[in-house]
Amino acid sequence: MSAPLGKDLLGLEHLSAEQITLILDTAEPLREISERAIKKVPTLRGATVVNLFFEASTRTRTSFEFAEKRMSADPVNIATAASSVTKGETLVDTAKNLEAMRIDMVVMRHQSSGAAQFLAERIESNVINAGDGTHEHPTQGLLDMLTLRQRFGTLAGKRICICGDVLHSRVARSNIWGLTKMGAEVAVCGPRSLLPNAIEQFGVQVFTRIEQAIEWADALNILRLQLERMQGGYIPSLREYNRVFGVTRERLERAPRDILIMHPGPMNRGVEIDSDVADGPHSVILDQVTNGVAVRMAVLYLLAGNAPALAEAAKGGDR
Amino acid sequence: MPNAQTIVLNARALERTVARMADEIVERADGTDNLILVGIQRRGVQLADRLARVMAEHGQAAVPRGALDITLYRDDLQTVGPRPIVGKTEIPWAIDGKIVCIVDDVLYTGRTIRAALDELADFGRPARIMLAVLVDRGGRELPIHADVVGRTVDVPPGGRVDVGVTEIDGRDEVTLVIAGEAS
Amino acid sequence: MTEHRDVLLKGGRLLDPSAQLDGVGDLLVRGGTVEAFGGSIAAPDGALVVDCAGQVVSPGFIDVHCHLREPGREDVETILTGARAAAAGGFTAVCAMPNTDPVTDNQAAVGFVLRQGSAAGAARVYPYGAISIGQKGERLAEFGEMVGAGAVAVSDDGKPVVSAHLMRTALEYARTFGIPVADHCEEPTLAAGGAMNEGYVSARLGLKGIPAEAEEIMAIRDILLARLTGGHVHLCHMSTRGSVELIRWGKDRGISVTAEACPHHLSLTEDMVEGYNTHAKMNPPLRTAADVEAVQQAVKDGTIDVIATDHAPHHNDEKQREFSDAPNGIVGLETALAVNVTWLVKSGILSLGTLIDRMACAPARLFGLPGGTIRRGAAADLTVFDPDKAWTVDPAGFLTKGRNTPYAGRILHGRVGCTLVDGRIVFSRMG
Repeated sequence: MSAPLGKDLLGLEHLSAEQITLILDTAEPLREISERAIKKVPTLRGATVVNLFFEASTRTRTSFEFAEKRMSADPVNIATAASSVTKGETLVDTAKNLEAMRIDMVVMRHQSSGAAQFLAERIESNVINAGDGTHEHPTQGLLDMLTLRQRFGTLAGKRICICGDVLHSRVARSNIWGLTKMGAEVAVCGPRSLLPNAIEQFGVQVFTRIEQAIEWADALNILRLQLERMQGGYIPSLREYNRVFGVTRERLERAPRDILIMHPGPMNRGVEIDSDVADGPHSVILDQVTNGVAVRMAVLYLLAGNAPALAEAAKGGDR
Repeated sequence: MPNAQTIVLNARALERTVARMADEIVERADGTDNLILVGIQRRGVQLADRLARVMAEHGQAAVPRGALDITLYRDDLQTVGPRPIVGKTEIPWAIDGKIVCIVDDVLYTGRTIRAALDELADFGRPARIMLAVLVDRGGRELPIHADVVGRTVDVPPGGRVDVGVTEIDGRDEVTLVIAGEAS
Repeated sequence: MTEHRDVLLKGGRLLDPSAQLDGVGDLLVRGGTVEAFGGSIAAPDGALVVDCAGQVVSPGFIDVHCHLREPGREDVETILTGARAAAAGGFTAVCAMPNTDPVTDNQAAVGFVLRQGSAAGAARVYPYGAISIGQKGERLAEFGEMVGAGAVAVSDDGKPVVSAHLMRTALEYARTFGIPVADHCEEPTLAAGGAMNEGYVSARLGLKGIPAEAEEIMAIRDILLARLTGGHVHLCHMSTRGSVELIRWGKDRGISVTAEACPHHLSLTEDMVEGYNTHAKMNPPLRTAADVEAVQQAVKDGTIDVIATDHAPHHNDEKQREFSDAPNGIVGLETALAVNVTWLVKSGILSLGTLIDRMACAPARLFGLPGGTIRRGAAADLTVFDPDKAWTVDPAGFLTKGRNTPYAGRILHGRVGCTLVDGRIVFSRMG
């Protein structure tokens, strides 16, 4: 089999189109498991997965937990509002302590960019990045791609615009990497104060007006606008943000084509997205949530027990 | 010494065998009213389709079919790697109280069927589960037997049975491959 | 202290651009001073003869910017270990930044650094005094008393002088004592939370960037304040192309501005951060290749006067953590010469003579320090080094307590043979 993923999933930047396709192709059939009477397969029986969340997250943690349970792994949740630093224990020590308890995988959300890689380099267990600082959130990028692929059949040539606070968004980075590798055309749209200075170097188009994005796109991935951005002086007010950058029905009605609406959640209704858009006929926001579980099951499956030594061991089944 | 290949079933023989199996399944299931054919990915799915077609030709009502991918139920996932590709599982009918006939190409150790039985149990509780295989090559490692067998083949140590179906392999054929000494 | 033993440096290439000296010859040290040099000198009875064939004998290097951490963080460096590391790097004198705990912001604290330095018996240690009390950026520290106790310059390094008014008064007040005011140029609101250079790499890694402009805004402010006040402003660790242009602008107008660059900003780019390498985390951050090239050229043409290490030892545990939480800085004393030779001399950008000027002669000139030249009767502060010798950087062998270097495992050219301070060999690997 080609393009195995290696030990960890840290981001999409360093994955190939082939590896991304493998994850999406694996996720596709796994969706069905959640429709069964008994929503569980025995694949990861006996595997212990630690969900190590240094940042509050209901949605991603829950999605991972569903995925783990549906694969029959044993999840252990460690949520710590306080960072490792303020607790006095370093991330290395936390990780080593966990490993001493014989775990198999760590799913980590951390406020520092690079924390997942840092951990992955120091422990033997598989590490899945569930969001590191403003770096990457690979499973979100994958579930967004799975959702788009289901609707469009292919990602190649499709025009996806990521709207909002790209500067602080790990979701945006994972989307940009993943989608461009898969041959989609990617744009970003938002106030320049919320776009990285070097954004053009990512190979994306840049729109500073939402109307232009709507004119151009086949799908909009609308990012959550964190309330802190106002205090940080990046934008004057949420009210004005909605008036200038909000995705509203009126604006979408002027689009030359139907536009798929995505949002990684949680939504600020009335800020970056209006309710009649979020709940409208072209919204696939709930499909994203469903696909999130399947994508995470796929990643767990593909990484679990992925020890290089075993890589070329027995193949094939019953013959 | 190169591998030696012997054709066990050619296309026409395979067609005849499938036709006979279809009749036998209908016989054992006492008609097709309660019958669901579930093919195991891959090739079992195509065989199930053919069985259903024969049943229809022989005047039976359309038989519902499903597909089962047993990858996630394999008992050797901890030792194989990289991960086998997961195929599609599709059981679009409620199986409770039905007669489910599992269809596969080759029955060997029985481990695939063990996995299939486990997986089916997660979909419901059939009244009865049967097993139909195109080739039984012996070598069981679990207490499993087929109810309907197309052909029994004696395979010497190191040998292998390859099943080809047109949909996947471009032709219908069952061959026995006996490995050369150097392989 | 023991009697000085005569030392005869035999057959080295005597190289001192400040004295237009470049030629193979012997150099005799007697009683702590240079007795004679040039040609062949017969060894006096009892003299220690050091075979310097293939080596360069130059005025001792002077580092105008290092952090020796004592008092306060003796676990990561002491004045003793720092002064020894300096000697191992060919430095005969270093200027210790005052951002210690407590801050070196009064004459007693200055005296402490001086005493510890002289007790170390390695490189000379010259204290910096703080610009503001506690480096808080509010009230001027007592420059007069600190200079009286031995401070050679003032700086709030580690932090910028945020208040333009305070910087102005510091430059004005320092004129009485003839000392430079050294500033760490960083506009704090632009740099806030930054962990590396702002650009494509920071955007990709999701690390908050520090734009070049954060440095440049403060550089031009300081240059303009130097123009306003006539004071001598010394700009620490200049790292951007823009800063270089601004300094050039200031010098062209006769403004009293001098500047330093660090070996790492002359050799490495922001790409080193890739993989969240905390040994590539420093402030100012590693910049782009265009910046490195501009700073190299500025060192060549004298826009940047001196090369200083910004030696900043940190505990390994502190560097072994998430990138954004790791402290800024790397050790530099023991790799400075080799980095400079490898990236500047071997690449043909600088002559060896110019490098010696930037590391030895210019620092003495700018800061009014003794040394920086080979002169009969002057204190024998000398560095002997092999500019061609290749060696592999192994932090385990460092004399500094710090192990935080981005050069570990690299093969560099240029190795110190021995270092003489006041006529004594304070470091030698010449057998």
